[in-house]
Amino acid sequence: MSENGKRKVVIPGEVIVEGDEYLPGEWTEKRGNKIVALRYGLGEESKKLVRVIPLSGIYHPRRGNVVIGEVENITFNGWIIDIGTAENAFLSITEVPKYVNQNALEEVMDIKDMVVAKIKGTHKRGIDLTIKGRGLGKIEEGIIVKINPNKVPRVIGKEGSMVKLIKNETGCIITVGQNGLIWIKGDNVDRELLAKKAILFVAEKSFVDGLTDELKKWFEKEK
Amino acid sequence: MAKKEFQRPDGRKPDELRPIKAKVGVVPNADGSAMFSTGDTIAIAAVYGPKKMHPQHQQNPEKAILRCNYNMISFSVADRIRPGPSRRSMEISKITEWALEPVLMLENYPNMVIDVHINIIQADAGTRCAGINAASMALAHAGIPMRGIVSSVSVGKLDKQLVVDLNKAEEDWEEGEGATDIPISMTSDGKITHFQLDGKINNEQVQEAIRMAREACKKIYEIQKEALKEFLTENEGGKNG
Repeated sequence: MSENGKRKVVIPGEVIVEGDEYLPGEWTEKRGNKIVALRYGLGEESKKLVRVIPLSGIYHPRRGNVVIGEVENITFNGWIIDIGTAENAFLSITEVPKYVNQNALEEVMDIKDMVVAKIKGTHKRGIDLTIKGRGLGKIEEGIIVKINPNKVPRVIGKEGSMVKLIKNETGCIITVGQNGLIWIKGDNVDRELLAKKAILFVAEKSFVDGLTDELKKWFEKEK
Repeated sequence: MAKKEFQRPDGRKPDELRPIKAKVGVVPNADGSAMFSTGDTIAIAAVYGPKKMHPQHQQNPEKAILRCNYNMISFSVADRIRPGPSRRSMEISKITEWALEPVLMLENYPNMVIDVHINIIQADAGTRCAGINAASMALAHAGIPMRGIVSSVSVGKLDKQLVVDLNKAEEDWEEGEGATDIPISMTSDGKITHFQLDGKINNEQVQEAIRMAREACKKIYEIQKEALKEFLTENEGGKNG
């Protein structure tokens, strides 16, 4: 751990580094002159700041994350969205980039509708969402695939390489929600199903090295 | 009577544990899971959550609630046991909650619940300890913030001799003073989170039992640690880290 930016697997209660010069970051704690991990994941030290990157467990909402959710309930000033977290996610009408009739919120989005939204902020009593921005809003058509939220970085790939490959091969528009829900929209159902199969393939083989090449081979076989 | 050398039924040394196996990620649908086996005792723990607590009146706005469910599968012992909750299994569920709660940072998840399901698929004494060991690994795997890992072992007094990690034959010891079973759980830095005692034992021997448990828990901790690390190294392949 002496080299900057080097990572290693840590378990809760394990000492990551020892020394007074280090600062505890996310999911770590200072005990005396030791920095101790509080979660299972990868311990990382850079510029004297030590943190743990969790790789398992439930989805933790963060500001700026794009998520896909289902409208669970309608209140007088917005919608309650289920994004797979324990806390409620709230989408206020002021966060919708068009005119909304206060008396008929269901005309814009009704219960059971799916929506692509961005997390505006998280606080003690829940999550605030927004659909102001490109690519956000109600989902009108296409299919939705659910995967383990921990596999999302694999499906996206390095700088979006994996999802770009699936897009190019199938010609579908794919939106990956950080909460593990993926929206696929293509010209026809066959292409959408091919994209779905490809995503599930990536999620299942997420630990294989050189997965992008593996997926290319898989596409050749499927066609 | 002349004092003869003490012999354990399976020929182990007094401080020798049974062969231990530990594995993480055994239940694909759970948020965290682990298997822990010592000798012929096998426990599987699955963790679900943190998730919203229902019914709502059971929510605690200060911290999450840990809900353990210990269950012995009907085929886990030689004579079939009646499936479903019993007085014994409910007590062990509660004990497991108390043993694990001190290391969990439940205050991070107000109004939520963490469900831990422990299933004993094969029993040969020491099931509550195997259950706690498995549950502790499963909680770590579920990404719950924890101050440390809990390891658990049972120390027993067979007649006058103290031994660790009893099996069924030793638990039913009848010679001399009989068997006294002492399950002890502790954190990796040696703080005791759970201690049960059923039988007769003197003060000095309790001290000695705790010392033996401490040594045994260190060994168990290393196995738990290794299993957790192995899982991530295998599944992440050191690719993005």
